[in-house]
Amino acid sequence: MRTLYLALKYLAVLLWSAFVIFPFLWMISTSFKTANAVTGGAKWLPWLQFEPSLSGWQSLFGGVGGINILKPYANSAIVTLSGSAIALVLGTLAAYGLSRFTFKAGPLKNGDITFFFISQRIMPPIVLAIPFFLMLRFLGLLDTLPGLILIYVAMLMPIAVWVMVDFFNSVPRGLDEMAWMDGCTPVTTFLRVILPNALPGLVVAAMFCLIFGWNDFFFAFTMTFTEVQLLPVSIVALNSSVTPWWSLSAAAIVSVAPLAVLAFVVERFLSRGGLAGAVR
Amino acid sequence: MLELSNLTLAEGRVAHLDDVTVSFRKGRLTTLLGRTGAGKTTLMRAIAGLAEPDRGRIALDGKDWSRLAPWQRPVAMVTQQFINYPHLSVLDNVAFPLVRRKVPQDKAHEAARDMLGRVGLGTMIDRRPSQLSGGQQQRVAIARALVKKAPVVLLDEPFVNLDYKLREGLREELVDLLKAERETIVIYASTDPREALQMGDDVILMAEGRAIQSGEPQNVYARPGTTRAAEVVSDPPINLIGMEVSGGQLRLDRLADLPAHALGRDLPAGRYTLGLRAHSIRQGGDLSARVSLTEVSGSETVTHLQAAGQALVMLERTVTNHALGTTITLSLDLGEALVFGAQGRLIEKEPVHG
Repeated sequence: MRTLYLALKYLAVLLWSAFVIFPFLWMISTSFKTANAVTGGAKWLPWLQFEPSLSGWQSLFGGVGGINILKPYANSAIVTLSGSAIALVLGTLAAYGLSRFTFKAGPLKNGDITFFFISQRIMPPIVLAIPFFLMLRFLGLLDTLPGLILIYVAMLMPIAVWVMVDFFNSVPRGLDEMAWMDGCTPVTTFLRVILPNALPGLVVAAMFCLIFGWNDFFFAFTMTFTEVQLLPVSIVALNSSVTPWWSLSAAAIVSVAPLAVLAFVVERFLSRGGLAGAVR
Repeated sequence: MLELSNLTLAEGRVAHLDDVTVSFRKGRLTTLLGRTGAGKTTLMRAIAGLAEPDRGRIALDGKDWSRLAPWQRPVAMVTQQFINYPHLSVLDNVAFPLVRRKVPQDKAHEAARDMLGRVGLGTMIDRRPSQLSGGQQQRVAIARALVKKAPVVLLDEPFVNLDYKLREGLREELVDLLKAERETIVIYASTDPREALQMGDDVILMAEGRAIQSGEPQNVYARPGTTRAAEVVSDPPINLIGMEVSGGQLRLDRLADLPAHALGRDLPAGRYTLGLRAHSIRQGGDLSARVSLTEVSGSETVTHLQAAGQALVMLERTVTNHALGTTITLSLDLGEALVFGAQGRLIEKEPVHG
């Protein structure tokens, strides 16, 4: 009975792993194929039996009919990293305030303010596109990196607030009060005591911000024309009348790589445990 | 001297503190004794600045604290929960309040190491709080509270979440540690009358947000000013029995008529409440009562009884397992009886024998 259970468990894990890993394997193998190998199919060993070619990869770095991915890659990195960083700083400060202090504006209280932040993510992005466009035009920031960073801060901050409010609520207030007794002002309490203990929450919030920022296509597409191009938009630009699966696969690998590394690092960090031992 | 005057703090209609005026002396350990919800914690939080009173004044040596934020008050506090900084080592935890007060790092570490040695954690200074047991965590919290040498130390039932044996040991250690601090005002909250009376140099009884009596433990125990104070300070619970006096004769409600008892001689006719401690009820006599609960603890027996609708509690210094539901006979020893007037106030009297 025990062995059967164990066997079934391993089988389930194996199936799930295959389900998750196969798309990546397929993507990797496709990135080394030519048009014929993709459409023709293999006789004996699918994904492995083909003549490897680097043409898909060449098209990412200025090859024939391709693009140069380096510039959009750098742009995406700049916009995502700075947007996430600013959103995280502002969002964490806002979240601490919302978690610890009572605000009241007429009938609106802390919960409503928190919901207001989150509500920006409930609306479909298209609703925000026109106001954002007009605002950026007014500021003269259309088609620029700072303009995009501004948009990303606005889109990512709700995520940071949401994650961090929840996290700060789980950090006992007694910890703040103990810090006050020990001579910390509210600001030093936040910096010296709460923030170091909020690291797991910060990591989760940062991960969400980076993923959403990195993967965004909609605002990268609508707020730019020619000067600035972000990675998702330039990948789409690879497309033509005949879908170049090999180039798209190579581009997909390149674009998913940083997130895969991020997920790996974060998983390691989170499994080490967070706030054990603050209060019994 | 730490003086609180007319301290009042209400939340909606619930009064957590109701016009509390008390003072705490230097070099003495004052226990706040009261049941859960009596306002002990709120009083401490008000002193620490964590709760803002609606009215009243807190002053140390005449200096008003009302405008001081919690981080400006010279107060140390240990709470029921074992609160330490999870991201810091045990040593850094204890050094933290000193470092925050601009004491150089090496001096702070030296003082922290010394204090940790005194609470018996000298070998664990590099661990994280999460790697310690509950008792050790609370010792870290105590060391952190004591290391800053604050003139006011608040201890809010610090051992309530620890197991019995540990509690006893730590309590003794703490009393020893505090003896060395001759200028410190120590305030210790407790729900346990025995603990409060044993530990305290002074005791303050609290009930329903009010400080109902204060003084030295033996005085407070011997002469509780009101029936409420008698209830708070007595463990096992005190027996409060309605009593009618007329012409020197005592008539205990539902229990007994005691003709011409000495106790009644000096009392004018009227209604009173008789306060009879559990050890003043003895087995054997002409009262009969039914056993409703027997608690045997070590060498003592506390028996809860019903006598004609009057609940009584009897303490015996022996182990006697009275079977539930059986009827036993009792006598009342009025030698140490307390008599409370119509308003529930203690009537001072000469000790009587009879």
